[in-house]
Amino acid sequence: MTDRHTTGVSPDERPLTAAFRADGRPANIADYEAAGGYEALRTALRELAPAEVTKLVSDSGLRGRGGAGFSTGGKWSHVPVGDMAPAIKYVVCNGDEMEPGSFKDRHLIEGNPHLLIEGMALACYAIQARTGYIFLRAQYDKPYALLTQAIAEAKAKGYLGEHILGSGFSLEIYLHVSIGRYMCGEASAMLNALQSDRPNPRWRPPHMASAGLWSRPTVVNNVESLCCVPPIVRLGPERWKSLGLTDEGGTRMYGVSGRVNRTGAWELPVGTPMREVIEQHAGGMRDGFALRAVLPGGASTPFVPAEAIDVIMDFDHMKEAGYSLGTGTALLVDDSVCPIGLVRNLVRFFAQESCGWCTPCWGGLPWAADVLNDIEEGRGRLSDLDLLEEQCWFMGEDMCFCDLAPSATKPLGAALKLFRDDFERHIREERCSYGPVGQPAGQRSLRGPGPDGGH
Amino acid sequence: MLTDSERREIEATLHHYPHRRSAAAGAMRTVQRHRGWLSDEALADIAGFLGVSVEELDSRATFANMLFRRPVGRHVILICDSDCCYVMAYEQMRDHIAARLGIGLGETTPDGRFTFLPIVCLAQCDHAPAMQIDDDFHGDLTPERIDQILASYD
Ligand SMILES: Cc1cc2nc3c(=O)[nH]c(=O)nc-3n(C[C@H](O)[C@H](O)[C@H](O)COP(=O)(O)O)c2cc1C
Ligand code: SF4
Ligand code: FES
Repeated sequence: MTDRHTTGVSPDERPLTAAFRADGRPANIADYEAAGGYEALRTALRELAPAEVTKLVSDSGLRGRGGAGFSTGGKWSHVPVGDMAPAIKYVVCNGDEMEPGSFKDRHLIEGNPHLLIEGMALACYAIQARTGYIFLRAQYDKPYALLTQAIAEAKAKGYLGEHILGSGFSLEIYLHVSIGRYMCGEASAMLNALQSDRPNPRWRPPHMASAGLWSRPTVVNNVESLCCVPPIVRLGPERWKSLGLTDEGGTRMYGVSGRVNRTGAWELPVGTPMREVIEQHAGGMRDGFALRAVLPGGASTPFVPAEAIDVIMDFDHMKEAGYSLGTGTALLVDDSVCPIGLVRNLVRFFAQESCGWCTPCWGGLPWAADVLNDIEEGRGRLSDLDLLEEQCWFMGEDMCFCDLAPSATKPLGAALKLFRDDFERHIREERCSYGPVGQPAGQRSLRGPGPDGGH
Repeated sequence: MLTDSERREIEATLHHYPHRRSAAAGAMRTVQRHRGWLSDEALADIAGFLGVSVEELDSRATFANMLFRRPVGRHVILICDSDCCYVMAYEQMRDHIAARLGIGLGETTPDGRFTFLPIVCLAQCDHAPAMQIDDDFHGDLTPERIDQILASYD
């Protein structure tokens, strides 16, 4: 993995946010066209065969922004195209954005809804789907309104509908609003949700590239993954790749929440070091708070200790260092926060959201949450730590039907190592010695509030 | 019976799906928007219109966190209890709201003005601690801001 560095920023270097308006209002179709919008669709329909669009995306090395980092082009290439292929196929955009800590897809749609529409159109053309769905979480009223407007504008200009731009390709995009549940974000559960069935994950095989939505070949991609497609086609894979600092290439949204000076989401070159995101873009920690650890990309990723924030934030560097990039939107955990309380919160979330299918998940998660609660409230035993380790194995990869339970073991497993001293102190002292979260250093009492005052 | 406007709104989505029954999730949202919550009667109305069983609808409705199968107040407060809001002291905000309204999570004020519920991450983590009241988000909560916000709902 070599690292490249770029200097100076032109709109073409920040293709995801180039058409965002300075006044903060969402870009309309004229704003987007002025920034090169719908050029990629024009080029594709005029000059490129569907498989050539897929090849451009494969050559760009684009990896899914929903968290797992699958190759987007690879996914598309599994869908049959050509004369012998099934006539009905679907592209489903995953706009559920329910991973705790993630808010980047909302920023993208609210900044420029047309980028997603063009990305959908290109994806549908590439796999020759005539129908696309954008699945939005229940709360996304504003993105829903903006996308409805964008679809109408695009239709009026001939970018959607029958015979797009005079070509033989026709496409309808529909919005589907969720009735709510974290599980609906899992790609195969999302297909069930779209069909109005219970959103349990599906067994694969069959893979959704051959039998997905209503048993038709289907591609599911995250909002941001689809937003990367127009710039890849417009700039070409090599130029798009060169926008990144590492071999992975391109740009992505990085975000920060927690007790920093500036929370937010920013489009940056892929491979930006975590320290730069935290110190430069988020403006560092607020006065009176020190960084303890980072949950780098949602609740499903392992903690990164404060000493390790020089790590480079791309999929491979993060994985090599033993972490995972996830959604790229980081929660910074400061030193006023009891890590046991935080991990209890995370595990309770996963326990609550389990669909109840697999024993390790429905049995293991509430158990782990109860044990963490005992430790936090001063009733823990040292043997509980072994029990939690064992639960991480029991709920790990290949033990469950979907990734929900294995995801929960990522922050839990990392916490057992990273915060070992805290766990042991809670057990030894039979209490939590942290005060309420958010107390600046100067106002914290030395030994904490004591057995009755803890939380 | 579905009202005319409920039926018109549901009918407008039927062509989005190859099967009539797949409009069920949206139909439940629509009817809840009109009636505030989904009674057994509401589910029966939708089931009859779409040709699905009530039990099928209920298995979806009870798994969804944005459909209400019990009556709710005029306004529904959903306070985020996920990790970013935990770090940003949502517990203090939760306790403040509970004290102001005199109710706990899962309860409705006696005057029917507010129902108070927890919710998972609202994707407003950059403005944690955050809550949703009806269709509006409110972020960067403090006890003072909460008092102002609550006062703006009648
Ligand atoms: C429990 C669970 C919840 C998920 N939630 C989301 C989500 O809200 N948004 C998302 O894009 N992907 C989510 N995913 C990942 C999807 O299954 C899928 O990998 C992704 O949408 C594929 O898109 P991509 O290849 O473009 O990243 C979730 C996965 C699991 C197991
Ligand atoms: S791991 Fe959990 S959420 Fe996933 S299928 Fe099994 S029980 Fe359901
Ligand atoms: S954790 Fe509360 S809005 Fe995301």
